[in-house]
Amino acid sequence: MRRFLFVARGVGWRSIHNTLVSPAILLPSIIFPLFFLAAFAGGLSRISDIPNFDYKPGYTAFQFAFVFLQSAAFGGVFSGFGVARDFDSGFAKRLLLTAPKRSGIIAGYAAGALMRWALTGTLITIAALLAGMHVQGDGVELLGLVGLGIMVNIVAALWACGVAMFLRTEQAGALIQMPVFIVLFLAPVYVPLRLLTGWIHGVARFNPATVMLEAARGLIAASPVKVALAFVLLAAGSAVMAVWARRGLASAERAG
Amino acid sequence: MSSSGAGEAAVSATGVPASSATGVQILDPRLLDQIGVVARRSIMRTLRQRGLLVFPLLFPLILFAINGSSLGAATKIHGFPPVSYRDFVLAVPFIQGALFVAITAGTDLARDIESGFFDRLALTPLRGGALLAGQLGGSVVVACVQSALYLLVGIASGVGIASGVGGALVLLALSVLIAFGFAGLGVLLALRFGTGEAVQGFFPLLFVTVFLSSSSLPRNLIKVHWFREVATYNPVSYLIEGIRSLIITGWDGEALAMGFGFALLLSLLTLGFASTAMKTRLVRT
Repeated sequence: MRRFLFVARGVGWRSIHNTLVSPAILLPSIIFPLFFLAAFAGGLSRISDIPNFDYKPGYTAFQFAFVFLQSAAFGGVFSGFGVARDFDSGFAKRLLLTAPKRSGIIAGYAAGALMRWALTGTLITIAALLAGMHVQGDGVELLGLVGLGIMVNIVAALWACGVAMFLRTEQAGALIQMPVFIVLFLAPVYVPLRLLTGWIHGVARFNPATVMLEAARGLIAASPVKVALAFVLLAAGSAVMAVWARRGLASAERAG
Repeated sequence: MSSSGAGEAAVSATGVPASSATGVQILDPRLLDQIGVVARRSIMRTLRQRGLLVFPLLFPLILFAINGSSLGAATKIHGFPPVSYRDFVLAVPFIQGALFVAITAGTDLARDIESGFFDRLALTPLRGGALLAGQLGGSVVVACVQSALYLLVGIASGVGIASGVGGALVLLALSVLIAFGFAGLGVLLALRFGTGEAVQGFFPLLFVTVFLSSSSLPRNLIKVHWFREVATYNPVSYLIEGIRSLIITGWDGEALAMGFGFALLLSLLTLGFASTAMKTRLVRT
């Protein structure tokens, strides 16, 4: 366990350090969610005028829930880019040779992703509050919202690490982020599920991201729904993605 | 080396007077050959990198499919044009595709600069203008293919083109002109910064210009004042509205004039600055 933590701490610290000293890595992960928030909450706020749209905290809060979870997911995805970059540069091979407990590498990258999202999530929350977001949930409910974000971040980071370790090239970037992007946008992003029509309604009904999004919106509105289900799904997702990432690491080990 | 640098040396090597490089010699068959070779290389390189080709083609279509359905309820907003949301939003993939063309063109050229290939080219009789035109020519071919694909997918998904077949052709011309302008921007960024990472770093900024425009709702229906102001001053709104007018309105002279006007302005500005940046980089070489 000590060796695991030693490796995880080293990789995590390096991940954070690289992020903080490299604007090219840090800025996109901050700018993208902020602009999504501005574009969705600002540009689409008229959507809240359509009949039967009755989310009490308002459209900014409605969109904040999505952007908050999206930033958590993409905080994880960006960690995969770092893994791929390390393989491209040859650093990852040296890391594999020297790490006394290699599974700590995955934990380190995931910890780095979580730290990075802590910064992004805080900034987005401040931006939303400055934009006039109304929050009706109490402290416990908001803690639940943060918990959802952490779990989403972990699942996404493990997914991204797995893909990056299987493919070991920066060209894996599209493959890392596309599925995450699509799953998130196939949820009820702009209007509640019951206002969706056509094929998107059918897909969104069975999309796990819908449960997480509805849970997050419910927590902000002080009327929690599907929170337990969301955490169960995320816990299951974490377990599956941990196996996926470990297999990716094994693939990288075999490749030398 | 003179201020024209390798570009002028190259001209001398081909026996063409340097002073005529931007004049009547534009029709010099050797120049056209050079442009053709660079353009062919640009196209082949893009075709060989499927990741670079497929992602830019598919991503705007995926967003179109998702947003076209997810935001269907927006048509219930009082004052929304009497068309389906899919009709309304089809203009957006053309602009997103143009942004990807910009990044691809810029990244390709930046890679040539980083790998030293650009320096070696500068020592050959190839002219700077031919390199620029060829690189952009390759981007235009990619833009033609993706614009045609977006239009066909739109029509296949049930979108009607209000301006008819002639309007569809004008739409393709406008979208290719927009892509040309953005490709010029990508090339300019590559020449100015010289690294692919820097070019790609601009992508979020370019993408944001689409979000902060009338891409999702008509400007008069944007409720938040600052957003409506930004969208009004954002040229991308007029590029989108030019294309959109052909799809949902028919022949709207004002929207088309604004669309073509801004696309032309973007092309001229980026081409002018890129030419200057090319000369500067050749001097450095």
